[in-house]
Amino acid sequence: MIWLGIDTSNTPLSVTLVDEGRVLIEHTDSFPSTHSVAAMPAIERIMKEAGITPNQLDAIAVAKGPGSYTGIRIGMTLAKTLAWSLEIPVYPVSSLAVLAAPGKWFSGITVSIMDARRQHVFAGVYQEQQPLLERHLAFDELLAFLHEQDQPVFWCGQDVQKFTEAIAASGFVSHFAGLAEQLPRASELVALAQHSEPAPDIHTLTPDYLRLTEAEVNWMKANE
Amino acid sequence: MTYILGIETSCDETAAAIVKDGTTIVSNVVASQIDSHKRFGGVVPEVASRHHVEQITLVIEQALTEAGLTPKQLDAVAVTEGPGLVGALLIGIQAAKAFAFAHQLPLIGVHHIAGHIYANALENPMEFPLLSLVISGGHTELIVMQQDGHFEKIGETRDDAAGEAYDKVARVLSLPYPGGPHIDRLAEQSDGAVEFPRVWLEEGSYDFSFSGLKSAVINYQHNLQQKGQEINPSHVAAGFQQSVVEVVVEKTRRAAEEYGVKQVIAAGGVAANKGLRSALEATFEKQGIPFYVPSLPLCTDNAAMIAAAGYSKLIAGERSDYAMNGRPGMPLTSWTRL
Ligand SMILES: [Zn+2]
Repeated sequence: MIWLGIDTSNTPLSVTLVDEGRVLIEHTDSFPSTHSVAAMPAIERIMKEAGITPNQLDAIAVAKGPGSYTGIRIGMTLAKTLAWSLEIPVYPVSSLAVLAAPGKWFSGITVSIMDARRQHVFAGVYQEQQPLLERHLAFDELLAFLHEQDQPVFWCGQDVQKFTEAIAASGFVSHFAGLAEQLPRASELVALAQHSEPAPDIHTLTPDYLRLTEAEVNWMKANE
Repeated sequence: MTYILGIETSCDETAAAIVKDGTTIVSNVVASQIDSHKRFGGVVPEVASRHHVEQITLVIEQALTEAGLTPKQLDAVAVTEGPGLVGALLIGIQAAKAFAFAHQLPLIGVHHIAGHIYANALENPMEFPLLSLVISGGHTELIVMQQDGHFEKIGETRDDAAGEAYDKVARVLSLPYPGGPHIDRLAEQSDGAVEFPRVWLEEGSYDFSFSGLKSAVINYQHNLQQKGQEINPSHVAAGFQQSVVEVVVEKTRRAAEEYGVKQVIAAGGVAANKGLRSALEATFEKQGIPFYVPSLPLCTDNAAMIAAAGYSKLIAGERSDYAMNGRPGMPLTSWTRL
């Protein structure tokens, strides 16, 4: 069974082909490129190099968000259209769970974060890979939640660097993902997808933005 | 027979269509988001992008089903490359890439305005040289095509697009969004008209300017308000429409004459405006130059027009690659065949 994995949630781009538990090829980068330009050529390239044609694909795993709105839409649109065209299932996986994959053997709490600006983050909090929290919240709110858990914390994601001072001040016993572990890896995405359910309907599948648009928030305030 | 799948997501319509030989519509599916944007009083780009993701594979499937075709019977995929809202364009482009890759079909990026012009090819054979008036919420341009695939912009708006001016004046008159059709209807039924200025710009110019006209309408309303008088919305609508129509029709007529064109075509959402359409029809009937406007569903954004324009590129051997990006400000001249 051949899987294509696609993660375009944030700056990093990661695509992979996995066959029966064996990673055939993976491309992961994290320079600021444009996913709208680079994602499809990257998929085409790894498939060509691995000698896999589109109709040999059996399933697609996609990072469904949260992340950059445009980023998650690019991955989701590619995944949906490929899966629907090829009549194969698509497995949506939380982008935060993919980012937290390096913590899978950690016995405490694993936290993955994406900077959402204005002292807010998208955060995933996991224990033995089970999510305790996956949402958009103030960084202080996240720290308060972690305090309640009262366990050592393993921090994942490139954006952790932006919060090192606050983390140090929090007094948690903290461990940090190493250099290579900070990037989301499409092979980890496929591994997670293999233990999850496919989308029941490809057409209605949408990213998990975990946030309303600003226009909707303002409209709701005005109409309360 | 050549079948092209067209995909269009440049603004707030998610559309897919299949066109045969660049001239015959086999299916034409448009999922409009207008109800979703109405409450915001205009198109919200992020909301539009989110809707496109929800609709895109559905509309493509529906286009195939209505056509009774399988992807194997298609010859190419054409998609709007620009101009438009960048986040919205990207959804159609990624879907087109994935579909083309899955079925190993050629991919063709299409200029949205070229699409509006080629919408005419779906109803009448295009004859060159041709003059096109492209008039919509985002555009007001006069384009000369000396031959298939060649575009020369001879005039454009220096500020607001005509459709934008319609929407703004409609807001002044407290008409619902989108305002164009409401102004057109009020103007048609009106028993009088307020006199507003005509903006001709420099002598011989084919450019347009509508922001002054919009200000004139706002000033007129303020003046009456200060005197404690009510405005008559029909008279304002009729006066505004007369000003727009007179300038647009006259510049189009002069251009048609100067360039000696064999055909004049109108394109874009505002081309559906009855007042403008009948004035253009009357003028070119007098001039003896064939004038065409696509039927309403082909005036507004649709994917059949994208497939029709894509056909022109396909037979010329031009292709796009998987690195195609959305180009929000894509110039029409960049789409001219070399
Ligand atoms: Zn348009």
